[in-house]
Amino acid sequence: MSFRIGVVTFPGSLDDRDAARAVEIAGATAVPLFHASDDLKEVEAVVLPGGFSYGDYLRCGAIARFAPIMNSIVTAAEHGFPVLGICNGFQVLCESHLLPGALTRNQGLHFLCRDQKLKIENTETMWTNGFTQGQEIVIPLKNGEGSFQCDDETLEMLESEGRVIARYVDFDPNGSRNLIAGISNERGNVVGLMPHPEHAIESLTGPSEDGLIFFKSILHQMVGR
Amino acid sequence: MSLDTVTNAQNNPDASQPWAELGLKEDEYARIKNILGRRPTSSELAMYSVMWSEHCSYKSSKVHLKQFGEKAPKSDALLVGIGENAGVVDIGQNYAVTFKIESHNHPSFVEPYQGAATGVGGIVRDILTMGARPIAVMDPLRFGLADAEDTRRVLPGIIAGVGGYGNCLGLPNIGGEVVFDETYAGNPLVNALCVGVMKHEDIKLAKAHGAGNLVVLFGAKTGGDGIGGVSVLASETFNAAKPTKRPSVQVGDPFAEKVLIECCLEIFHADLVVGIQDLGGAGLSCATSELASAGSGGMEIELEKVPLRDPSLSPEEILMSESQERMCAIVEPKHIKQFMAICKKWDVTATVIGEVTEGERLHISFNGELIVDVPPRTVAHDGPVYNRPIAKPAYVEERAKAVINIPMPTSAEDVKAAILKLIASPNIADKSWVTSQYDKYVQGNSVLAQPEDSGMIRIDEKTNLGVAISTDANARWSYLDPYEGAKLALAESMRNIATTGAKPLAVTNCLNFGSPEDPGVMWQFAETVRGLADACLELGLPVTGGNVSFYNQTGSVAILPTPVIGVLGVIQDVRKRTPMGINKSGSDLWLIGDVDSNMSGSEWAYLHGEIGNLSPKSDLAKEARLVDLLLEGQEIFEAAHDVSNGGLAATLVETVLKNKIGASVTLSDVAVALFSETPGRVLVAIDPNHTNEMVALAGKYQIAVNKIGTTGGDKLMINDTKLSITELSKAHTETFPKLFG
Repeated sequence: MSFRIGVVTFPGSLDDRDAARAVEIAGATAVPLFHASDDLKEVEAVVLPGGFSYGDYLRCGAIARFAPIMNSIVTAAEHGFPVLGICNGFQVLCESHLLPGALTRNQGLHFLCRDQKLKIENTETMWTNGFTQGQEIVIPLKNGEGSFQCDDETLEMLESEGRVIARYVDFDPNGSRNLIAGISNERGNVVGLMPHPEHAIESLTGPSEDGLIFFKSILHQMVGR
Repeated sequence: MSLDTVTNAQNNPDASQPWAELGLKEDEYARIKNILGRRPTSSELAMYSVMWSEHCSYKSSKVHLKQFGEKAPKSDALLVGIGENAGVVDIGQNYAVTFKIESHNHPSFVEPYQGAATGVGGIVRDILTMGARPIAVMDPLRFGLADAEDTRRVLPGIIAGVGGYGNCLGLPNIGGEVVFDETYAGNPLVNALCVGVMKHEDIKLAKAHGAGNLVVLFGAKTGGDGIGGVSVLASETFNAAKPTKRPSVQVGDPFAEKVLIECCLEIFHADLVVGIQDLGGAGLSCATSELASAGSGGMEIELEKVPLRDPSLSPEEILMSESQERMCAIVEPKHIKQFMAICKKWDVTATVIGEVTEGERLHISFNGELIVDVPPRTVAHDGPVYNRPIAKPAYVEERAKAVINIPMPTSAEDVKAAILKLIASPNIADKSWVTSQYDKYVQGNSVLAQPEDSGMIRIDEKTNLGVAISTDANARWSYLDPYEGAKLALAESMRNIATTGAKPLAVTNCLNFGSPEDPGVMWQFAETVRGLADACLELGLPVTGGNVSFYNQTGSVAILPTPVIGVLGVIQDVRKRTPMGINKSGSDLWLIGDVDSNMSGSEWAYLHGEIGNLSPKSDLAKEARLVDLLLEGQEIFEAAHDVSNGGLAATLVETVLKNKIGASVTLSDVAVALFSETPGRVLVAIDPNHTNEMVALAGKYQIAVNKIGTTGGDKLMINDTKLSITELSKAHTETFPKLFG
């Protein structure tokens, strides 16, 4: 039986079917999880997809954090359960305090969709072990509130502990501190990433196939444990 | 105010009524009285006034639009034709595709963000209503001059509105147009296209059948927004002397629409509705009267059951409200429990507000008192029909005789300056400032998107079946000759589809014009419809539906006649699509089609304050052969890009800049070759080994082809003119950020 990776649908999730497609192409089984249930359906990892959960009203991710499924995910994640939050999913992880910091309005004040170059800074996490250190990749970025902000101490902690997993290269799309595109928790099981790896899994529909490595990394991690 | 019941209307036949304020003409009011045999109640008057408005009733355009039916080519592809919320086309493998364009011009001028946002929301619901999952949107837009002050107010708001709503729905925006002309100042055009896909058996229609079946209103609650939006806003020319109409614009909630989409799709999947209709222009007045008249005719509605955002709304206002994100379904009683459960799952408010009845009357009561008693057909379909006076405007002959004088560069230096000027002009400049505000990736099936010739979406991940969509208009040609202009717009849209490797299948349109009360505008409109219907017949492409927007006029100045023509195509294997950008060095560049020296309507002429004299003449037989050539040659084309706005100069620059691979071409009569916009031309890149096939294709389809150069290097060389990719890129991309920040 192949590995089961859950993809959560909140009201307003948009990239849930795309995340499921990426999971399947990577070789795992995608299991739909619904926000209103706390049942993780025996999945071994979870992806929180992009979108506008609850319309992004109040604050991005602020309402999704209280969904029953998040109770289960937060508890599991604190015990090492792998979670990848993409875009809105990253925002939900910050609001849930699984990751530090916050995502604020882009510096340019516009929604921005572009093919973004990233540098992979940490290949030790469950979701990035398939990359080589310093590898440059191109995947789509698309959001209105993607500017990563945190206080100086947190920034220092993230940098010194190597928890910045990817940084924007060549172009600063949103004014994130230290050009941070993604971070992980201390254990490396929870990763939040603003750009969208699930939209770079087939050259036919994306700018590259670089995004697939995130999903293959978790499979490799689970097989090799 | 007391309730104006049917009894009251009978007892007080002479009560004065605000029919004129509601936009009705005296004879129209008389006709309502004649239909009912008494004066209408205030609620009935509200319904008739919105449904008989220009926007809803097509009263000025109907007599012309019937040509689309009369001249319809025989087509096996059409599953649902004109008259439903959107036409449906068979694309094979049991898939059906529905697509349509609608205008939201007037609201977008008044309130750019909300006007544009709800324009997207409305067309998406039309597509959803057919039973389809919406899969992409496009936005053909027109604005006043790019550097005009009001354009800086209107454009950023409209772009943000299109993006804000579409992005939040999870619909990729795969194409559109941004065109500037002074006539659109005060009358920006926001046309929104949506395309959706379903299986054949999932097609839904707006019909209320079966006495005893329940009428369910679901989605957002009803508020005071958009009341009179249709009759007051869309059907009246803007006039600075009148009070502001801001409150008439609807306010959108894309999150509510997103959950409504998922809710509807789950309801469709469980096969729980007999008929369904979205609530757009004219709100409940439209939904109830159209559902009832498309079915057996009888329906009873208890209006006090409508969930309200604002409890102070009167029954008339509830009937006229254009609150967004609402749908109306007809559900058999045995399915209502399951229907309600799905709505609850998605947190969508759903309320049974009435039922289908025997008989042929629409009865609406409010707290037990009958306030509407009408034959629904008279509201929905038997509105007034006008044969508006038509007169060919004097400018047409004047223009035809005009001598035009445009500088045509010859020296290398002048050619270089001309190209840099052209590609930096707002109509030709890079539109990334706009398109980067739209999500083109969501749903993971976008194979091609702006600035490619057409947007392309993969429909089936296993078989790689896909569709391509393009929209086009050349309003300056339409101004000079609306009959030819319509044909040329269709030809261009069709050519764009074939350029990417898809086979054109069906047509939709959004016809944007000035006031129909101006005989000159009406002539432009009549000629446009005649041209489009003739062209569709000749090319064998059915019109699946469309939209007319009149009154795009400030004072006596009408917009350029702007028929936006959308073409849908099908491609069996999206992996074989042809992109626009040069993708390798050492290939040959061939220009398919001949050029002539007519500069009328061209961007180069426009840059010199000239519109020209005579529009080019379309040659549809040749355009059809060109489509066949493009489809047969698809295997050998490494890249292909249509020659249209901005001529070969724009085509070459865009082809080079896409992947930053240069080219070197040799052209005779260089200014005409670069800047003429002669239709029927496509630039292709092929491997030199395929020269024989290229020549054979030209012979087979009797279309001239010329090898004009080769690909490679870091610059565009045109004869002895050198343009580095860096300077081209700078000129092409700087314009929008400079203008709009």
